[in-house]
Amino acid sequence: MSNHRVAICGIGQTERYRTKLTCSLAGLVREAALNALADAGCDWSDIDALIIGKAPDMFEGVVMPEAYLAEALGGVNKPVIRVHTAGSVGGSTAIVAANHIKSGLFKRVLTVAFEKQSESNAHWALSPSMPFRPHFNSGAGGMFAPVIREYMRRSGAPEDAGCYVAVKDRVHALNNPHAHLHLPDIDLDTVKNSPMLWEPTRFLESCPSSDGACAMVLAAESHADTSAHKPAWVHAMAMRSEPSFYPWREEVNPEASRACAKDLYAQAGITKPREELDLAEVYVPFSWFEPIWLESLGFAESGQGWRLTLEGATSRDQGGDIPWNCSGGVLSSNPIGASGMIRFAEAALQVRGMANKRQVDGAKRALGHAYGGHSQFFAMWIVGAEKP
Amino acid sequence: MDIDLDPIEQLDAPIYHRYHATSSRAITPFLHAMKRGELLGHLSTATGKVLFPPLGACPESGQATHMPVILSDSGTVLGFTTVHLPIPGSKLVPPFTVANILLDGADQACGHLISECEINAVAIGMRVTAVWRAKEIWNNSLENIEYFRPIAEPLVDIDELQKQCLIKANHRKKSAQGDQDA
Amino acid sequence: MREVAIVAYAQSPQVRQEKVLNEVEILMPVIEEALAEAAMTMDDIDFVCSGSCDYIAGGAFSFVSAVDALGATPSKMESHVEMDAAWALYESWLKIQTGEISSALIYGFGKSSVGELPDVMSQQCDPYYLAPLWPDSISLAGIQASALLATGRYTERDFADVVVESRRKAKTNPNAQLSGDVSADHLIEAPYIASPLRRHDCCPITDGASVLIITDKSALPKAKTKPVYIRGIDHRMEAHQLGIRTLSESKSSTLALANAKDQAGIEQFDLAELYAPFSPQTLILKDALALNDKVDINPSGGPLAGHIMMSAGLDRFGMSFRALQSSTVKTALAHATSGPCLQHNMIAILEAG
Repeated sequence: MSNHRVAICGIGQTERYRTKLTCSLAGLVREAALNALADAGCDWSDIDALIIGKAPDMFEGVVMPEAYLAEALGGVNKPVIRVHTAGSVGGSTAIVAANHIKSGLFKRVLTVAFEKQSESNAHWALSPSMPFRPHFNSGAGGMFAPVIREYMRRSGAPEDAGCYVAVKDRVHALNNPHAHLHLPDIDLDTVKNSPMLWEPTRFLESCPSSDGACAMVLAAESHADTSAHKPAWVHAMAMRSEPSFYPWREEVNPEASRACAKDLYAQAGITKPREELDLAEVYVPFSWFEPIWLESLGFAESGQGWRLTLEGATSRDQGGDIPWNCSGGVLSSNPIGASGMIRFAEAALQVRGMANKRQVDGAKRALGHAYGGHSQFFAMWIVGAEKP
Repeated sequence: MDIDLDPIEQLDAPIYHRYHATSSRAITPFLHAMKRGELLGHLSTATGKVLFPPLGACPESGQATHMPVILSDSGTVLGFTTVHLPIPGSKLVPPFTVANILLDGADQACGHLISECEINAVAIGMRVTAVWRAKEIWNNSLENIEYFRPIAEPLVDIDELQKQCLIKANHRKKSAQGDQDA
Repeated sequence: MREVAIVAYAQSPQVRQEKVLNEVEILMPVIEEALAEAAMTMDDIDFVCSGSCDYIAGGAFSFVSAVDALGATPSKMESHVEMDAAWALYESWLKIQTGEISSALIYGFGKSSVGELPDVMSQQCDPYYLAPLWPDSISLAGIQASALLATGRYTERDFADVVVESRRKAKTNPNAQLSGDVSADHLIEAPYIASPLRRHDCCPITDGASVLIITDKSALPKAKTKPVYIRGIDHRMEAHQLGIRTLSESKSSTLALANAKDQAGIEQFDLAELYAPFSPQTLILKDALALNDKVDINPSGGPLAGHIMMSAGLDRFGMSFRALQSSTVKTALAHATSGPCLQHNMIAILEAG
């Protein structure tokens, strides 16, 4: 293995992840990139390569938009790559960017992931009417609802366990100025009384449609000292993919998820994630995916994930031992292509001690997680305050 | 500039592209079979499992599938959701229930609608059968089946169903590979 | 830098319209053929990376079903770029440089016959100022060709000569869509479709898929195939707005070549495979890369003989690999492009092992 360590020395997000009609796509990504450069104490000229990620082009109606966006991101005369791995893309993009540094061939790279859902209709793009197939597709919510129901059947979790996640993440979001949803009056009854969309998933158990971009400056060890703030360090990275459908595919706890986590923990020397990590930023677009991923990622025994949620173990506000999604998570902001990178970046902000009101005291090691497709594409990293 | 201009925040610029899709080597016979009122799946010789609808590849092995298998139009609900919001581009009027239905003889569940029953009565393991549209309007489409309706049979334990299916698939795999060896 | 070799390459026939097979059905036998050439199985592959475009297929997430061709149970380490698969190769090459993996299978695919490719590609332009004008890719290439003519370096007759050479060389490429003996005198009589471009100046609409396998030198497969090493590789972006770059030049190609040469320590090439989807671009690239007449340009016939959109860049690596295997020459330059009018260019220097 190479000995090239990867530092995260700049993080930038758009001001708030909500419908943004006052800027172009280029303006959106540039805002995040400028914030990341300022955090890193760098200028465009310090950047060796640009790595862009986003989910399907149909979300904005621009075909392979990296060609158009390169100028706004200082990409002229530089290598530029555009990653697309469905919902996991924000995470995969960060990993591709980190590999530029890890290869030893690049000193400093800028990575940006974004989505501007207000430019098109993502709900339409997510429910394509494919030729020769009946049109029963009902978007991501419809796709995941049977998986959630199967989790409920197996675990025997109480019907309202998902509502606890929906409340907890929205309470977390109140501490995050970037979060799309700020719902100060949120409580269990409000969630339970919100309209049913895709049974058993209610409106307030679902993620919003958001606009936003997230950017990071990653650097080699020799170039990591430009920022006034200390960097975070990449301790482990992993990616796995499997097919969408095959007979008796395990959809609740996919093999690709388990294999990805196993690879990740082995790299970081982690055997008990709940004890050895201080927090996690995990891709939870529908409330029940918190207990589902708690189990798949080894934070809870099989069938027991919902108990952690109900006990408040994943709540920062309740002083839980393993806070999940202190940023408010995907349930509070979902610029789809950026959502994975936001998870990765929020994990890094925490171990840098820069998460302000959402900071977990003394956070030293954190997990960033993203998934996509039919729970089939996974990207994860572990970042730490100390060099690995 | 001291001229007050109204901000322009949004412009409509609809984009239309025309595509001439073709089906595929595996889907074409399936579509022809649908017109005859037959449900045609593919046996994967690599795994012994029966895929429906056939898409040409056995995703587990990455091998092409060719061997046709005609399936029953009754099956078991493996998963479902009731959709309460309108879906862009869809004719379906909410609320409607979409289920993953495992046809008898298949190993791969297929998505379709459930009707003729109360929404709250749909359950994992429920037995259902196809309700076909009038034969005169049958087309090259799975939509020749209007929806599936429940049948008066006891709920199936889907964990047990999975075990039985895997045993059968294993037998089919051995016999298919035996044929190849011979 | 780790020494990375191309060890196998396979390509489907480059057909005008594949009416029977879907993308996954096209891809499966091509993967099988590449693995067989390397005497490898999917279990020997550490990483898979692909390039494709949703708008070519006309549906979001079109790359997802291609995973069905991989037999990814158990799951694979896998990634995808919404770019030509040459960039999937670059991502894979970088990953080998990290030491994390030692082999990768790269694929690209597309059926551009199903849509109206020039119009689809118009929507790659700036969505506020350019795309609403629907500047199709052929018209944009026409603007670039006019700019080249205006320099006085070349004439329309030179464009035709590029086509004559492409068709002639493609006669030995069994997968070529267009090949044969044509005369420049005859070609130049054809009507314009976007002046100064004629139909033959444009790459043909093509359906197909290609697969390439690379490994670290320490993990070369046991197959008898002669490996071809990637000695240098770099890619560079230019400005998008056509008005602010000199369209008759390709500065990013020149820059990428200089960087690739630095890595490779190789200055001369026996052959070059250029991803120039329009004939005048071959001339622009020839100048930008300072290729003299001793360099055999596009021995496969190049993109004018067959152009699998999203894989045509990867095919330049594959065709260079084939050419180096079947002859006594040692070095090749492989080029890939992305974006309108050669906006983004990749250069690799290859050497037979």
